[in-house]
Amino acid sequence: MTWIAIGTIADIPRRGARCVATPHGKIAVFRTADDEVFAIEDHCPHKGGPLSQGIVHGAAVTCPLHNWVISLETGKALGADEGAVRTIPVKREGERLFLALEALASRAA
Amino acid sequence: MTEKLVIIGNGMAPGRMLEHLLDKAPDRYQVTIFNAEPRVNYDRIMLSPVLSGEKAYEEIIIHGDGWYIKHGITLYKGHKIVAIDRAAKTVTSDHGVTEPYDKLVIATGSVPFIIPVPGNNLPGVLTYRDLDDVRAMMLAAQSRAKAVVIGGGLLGLEAAAGLQAQGMDVTVLHVMPTLMERQLDPAAGYLLQRAVEERGIKVITKANTQAITGNGKVEQVELADGTIIPATLVVMAVGIRPNAALAKEAGVAVNRGIVVDAGMRSNDPDIFALGECAEVNGMVYGLVAPLYEMARVAASQLAGDEAAAFVHSDTPTKLKVTGIELFSLGDFADGDDRQEIVLRDASAGVYKRLVLKDDRIIGTVLYGETADGAWFNDLKKKQTDISEMRDTLIFGQSYQGGAPLDPMAAVAALPDDAEICGCNGVCKGKITGAITSKGLTSLDDVRAHTKASASCGSCTGLVEKLMVLTLGDTYNPAAVQPMCSCTTLGHDEVRRLIKAKGLKTIPAVMQELEWKTSCGCAKCRPALNYYLVCDWPDEYADDYQSRFINERVHANIQKDGTYSVVPRMWGGVTSASELRAIADVVDKFEIPMVKVTGGQRIDMLGIRKEDLPAVWADLGQAGFVSGHAYAKGLRTVKTCVGSDWCRFGTQDSTGLGIRIEKFMWGSWTPAKVKMAVSGCPRNCAEATCKDVGVICVDSGYEIHFAGAAGLDIKGTEVLGLVKTEDEALEHIVALTQMYREQARYLERIYKWAKRVGIAEIKRQIMDDGEKRRAYYDRFVFSQKFAQVDPWSERASGKDKHEFRPMASVGFAEAAE
Ligand code: SRM
Ligand SMILES: Cc1cc2nc3c(=O)[nH]c(=O)nc-3n(C[C@H](O)[C@H](O)[C@H](O)COP(=O)(O)OP(=O)(O)OC[C@H]3O[C@@H](n4cnc5c(N)ncnc54)[C@H](O)[C@@H]3O)c2cc1C
Ligand code: SF4
Ligand code: FES
Repeated sequence: MTWIAIGTIADIPRRGARCVATPHGKIAVFRTADDEVFAIEDHCPHKGGPLSQGIVHGAAVTCPLHNWVISLETGKALGADEGAVRTIPVKREGERLFLALEALASRAA
Repeated sequence: MTEKLVIIGNGMAPGRMLEHLLDKAPDRYQVTIFNAEPRVNYDRIMLSPVLSGEKAYEEIIIHGDGWYIKHGITLYKGHKIVAIDRAAKTVTSDHGVTEPYDKLVIATGSVPFIIPVPGNNLPGVLTYRDLDDVRAMMLAAQSRAKAVVIGGGLLGLEAAAGLQAQGMDVTVLHVMPTLMERQLDPAAGYLLQRAVEERGIKVITKANTQAITGNGKVEQVELADGTIIPATLVVMAVGIRPNAALAKEAGVAVNRGIVVDAGMRSNDPDIFALGECAEVNGMVYGLVAPLYEMARVAASQLAGDEAAAFVHSDTPTKLKVTGIELFSLGDFADGDDRQEIVLRDASAGVYKRLVLKDDRIIGTVLYGETADGAWFNDLKKKQTDISEMRDTLIFGQSYQGGAPLDPMAAVAALPDDAEICGCNGVCKGKITGAITSKGLTSLDDVRAHTKASASCGSCTGLVEKLMVLTLGDTYNPAAVQPMCSCTTLGHDEVRRLIKAKGLKTIPAVMQELEWKTSCGCAKCRPALNYYLVCDWPDEYADDYQSRFINERVHANIQKDGTYSVVPRMWGGVTSASELRAIADVVDKFEIPMVKVTGGQRIDMLGIRKEDLPAVWADLGQAGFVSGHAYAKGLRTVKTCVGSDWCRFGTQDSTGLGIRIEKFMWGSWTPAKVKMAVSGCPRNCAEATCKDVGVICVDSGYEIHFAGAAGLDIKGTEVLGLVKTEDEALEHIVALTQMYREQARYLERIYKWAKRVGIAEIKRQIMDDGEKRRAYYDRFVFSQKFAQVDPWSERASGKDKHEFRPMASVGFAEAAE
């Protein structure tokens, strides 16, 4: 498992997200109100909306385009909608955050 | 093995039948429905509130698309069945779909009757039956011209009231001497006519329509006595005929309607009919209550219960025109064997009449006060001997047995089997039973579980009283929809408590008001953020994470994740240097689309998020600030050229528009606010469909408000006339502040105004100088904190994390 450093937790606002650009598209990294960190593809299962721009509540985000609610833990759409985005393992060491490289690369396959 | 059930028509009757059938025998049939109307099952009786603008179509849907999917029902929308082959047991639609059936249900409803006069097929002549008719009427109403409604019955009067609410000048033609003569006696018909006329609708009785004329479209209606009435829209509401032609062609027995036995079965044992197209025991029906009874019977029969049988009962008629209370039941004709009891109270506009035979009620007409309708209905249904209470009967239930009771006690005194909801035949015991056994606490729950008050809604008051009686103080009849599932409180309550408890942060609100979730959701957080911004302008720190992305990055997100940028062009006025600056920005950032908006300014679309700060920096250099095209806030102030240029202009409308926009920009509001100023009543700036509009006239400024032209179309209401520009500004600002302080988040001015009342707003803003000034001052104070250009802030570095990725992972690393 290879972990890639992407920055520190302070780079992300609480109840907010930032993007990590990769050759295979953007990854959205979220920080919840109680400082949990999650990473998912920045691509809504509905119509590809940028999830990183949604409103973060609990461990979920509401897509800015048509209000699907996506669980940050599982990547699955909550409520009546069906669909899922891939989740990417994140590790936190102190303040520093790392993404699992394999997970990024295997997306292309 | 499942049998194939095919239903022709997807109206209210078969919809109800399916609900019962899914209850009783969920897996017995594979169901296919053909509906000539291209839509799902909706509440036809609520078309009038849609026409008047009180409801949206979405609110009257009974079964949404999901319901059909969930129950595995195939619905062919917009497919009209053109043939039934009884030998082959198939039906065929006009699009060529042929479907076999084991059992067939015909529920084709009625067709409106068209009076056979010349010109009855001219464009502009409509009937009143379905959503398409309503949409056509609403479209015609936009011209605000003249409408003639032929027919002064239930449907005709509802159409007239709706068209009038849409701003049309309406005349009702009725062939009989009094309105609704089939449901009302002449005295009540007269009172009704007066009430209708008081609303500004003209009524002509004994009007015999002879012809409808016009050149290529309706222009006028001619009566037999020579009267000519100009009209651009004619609505015929003169009655309905059971729609039985299809059945007849197939050789099913048809008299007035499709003849069925008490089990709703036609002469072909595999074919049932129900709804308005069916004739049972020689009767056809045109109100939903008996149709729902048919639905119950048909479902039972289809589920195998051969004993289920339809029983006739009279249904009360009510008119769904806000402000007119009317109740009619049974037979009220005079006769030697009948006596009547009448009560008139002219000053209160009340008229009541009971028709008795052998000491039993056989008919009731109530006008102006209808609370006792349910009780009279109950006495009639049970054939109660009323001789004991004859003297006080007409005064209603509360007068029986001594001292008058309050209305609550009257409801408490109703027997358990008293019918509360006439549309759905729900009695008191069923409602109170469901409340206790299922633990229902809201009106919506009661509607969902019992169907009571779920159709025309005229018994809502009674149902709420029952809820109070059953639940005691825990039920607050005024209780509104909670803001979202994070709380039980409604918007108004939350707004009140924020002020009363001095709550100044989102966590404080959530803690003190016992939010059910830890950090809210995408519905409540933006609302709370707005309420706090509005109430504590100097103390509250705006929570950007609780704003929708557009308001967080001050641009509009597009479907591909890029953004659009709309700078302010004050009052729609621009200059060569502004246009040049825009052109330069477009070139420099390779902006793919430049468009003139409907709001008199320019939109640049397709900008990458990363480029936004740089785009704003360049625009800022040229003097542009954010146009807030993304904001629940002040959007545009459209203007016309006014007295500076136009030969008709009475005042400087452009100047006033610019002044208003410069004064009010940056303010956050519950929903977007759009304004316009026109220089004369020709109204080229379209001020009369805006949230706030001004029409300049010679004597000053006519201030309008509560218009809309988006999801709903609604002409404005007049707030009042003021003499000077200063006054105009003060009134507009005060009105906006009143709205800011009172409205629910996402509620446009016209919806708020409808809720609090136009008269109340006029009273506070026009008549109460002190209140107006106080509102004005509070707005001015809050602007001190709001009028900061968000673009220049961000161009100089604020929130820069928003516009850049946190990191970039290169190819080399990723490919390893
Ligand atoms: C750009 C523009 C269309 C155009 O090319 O002309 C436009 C574009 C959008 N309108 Fe509009 N509306 C535009 C004028 C209007 C008008 C006409 C007017 O203002 O005179 C109306 C009808 C008037 C009214 O509001 O009553 C209008 C009624 C709506 C509505 C319906 C609002 C309602 O409550 O009925 C929405 C939906 C909403 O706000 O929820 C909407 C929403 C939108 C959104 C914001 C959709 C969205 O949420 O992404 C569009 C943003 C596109 C973008 O990124 O620029 N737009 N929109 C116009 C911008 C005006 C401006 O300069 O700011
Ligand atoms: C404006 C208005 C207000 C009303 N107000 C009240 C009220 O306050 N109280 C009350 O009790 N009643 C009221 N009614 C009457 C009530 O709406 C009707 O009695 C009821 O909707 C009839 O139901 P139905 O299922 O028999 O027929 P409908 O609801 O008329 O449904 C028949 C459906 O069958 C479709 N259809 C017809 N022929 C075919 C075919 N060949 N193939 C496929 N589909 C076909 C039609 O398109 C239609 O959608 C009102 C009616 C209107 C129009
Ligand atoms: S009408 Fe308005 S919301 Fe609809 S597509 Fe056009 S711009 Fe978008
Ligand atoms: S793209 Fe996310 S909800 Fe539609």
